[in-house]
Amino acid sequence: MTAPEMTTLPPETDVEGFLLDPQQWNERIAADIAHVNGIDALTDRHWLVVRFMRDTFLRTGAAPSIRALGKESGVPVKELYELFPKGPAKLAAKIGGIPKPRGCI
Amino acid sequence: MTATLHELTPRVDAAPEPITKVCIVISKGSLEGIYPGLIMANGARMEGIEADVFFTFFGLDAIRKGRNTKIKVATVGNPGMHMPTFLGSIPGMSALATKMMSRQMEKLDIPPVAEFVELISDSGGKLYGCKATVEMFGLSLDDFVPQVDEIITVGEFYEKSAGAQIIFT
Repeated sequence: MTAPEMTTLPPETDVEGFLLDPQQWNERIAADIAHVNGIDALTDRHWLVVRFMRDTFLRTGAAPSIRALGKESGVPVKELYELFPKGPAKLAAKIGGIPKPRGCI
Repeated sequence: MTATLHELTPRVDAAPEPITKVCIVISKGSLEGIYPGLIMANGARMEGIEADVFFTFFGLDAIRKGRNTKIKVATVGNPGMHMPTFLGSIPGMSALATKMMSRQMEKLDIPPVAEFVELISDSGGKLYGCKATVEMFGLSLDDFVPQVDEIITVGEFYEKSAGAQIIFT
């Protein structure tokens, strides 16, 4: 019988808190990461951004730029910064369980 | 006694304070003079760092209506181009170099100057014009894109830079 705490072990992250394996991600983990980073409740708008980041990464192997995020996610840049004041691309990537975006834009 | 001395020893492993605000001065009007400052300002906002951008002298072209869409690479007097000056001075050479560089930047998702300025403003970055230059060129706030927050003096710039790192480009 598997010990119940085995399933609740937090997923492995790098020093900054980005998940090492995107496959270990689920919505609960997302909510926990958000909470730790100062977002108490993920709204539909947060989810729209987080899912766009994650889907783009899983599809293309790279996180979108802030420009693409503002143009294609359905959430304009101004609102992105209201939702994620500490940096939308970085924080949405962290919550979405994908590596830290490496682009300069 | 030894414990006290130990406590007095400065901690060398303490992490340095992270940057919380940058004030970036853009003073040149060429494409290669404008972009670095814009990229650094946008990059700061992406990291959650506050960013002010102060445009002065020909750097004002980056926020000037009608001019911010006509920013060109300097092909003359620019050793970085690695071409003889007389080639750089051929009519159309600057336009050609600009076109090539813009295409390259578009591939990297770097926006054109006008859009980039808008992006920084939407990201919460503040944009200021330099009063001395605005007066020297006989301009007013109406000559600039609506994202420009204010025309300020150098003194006001320093006031706004309290606690910030100043980066001159």
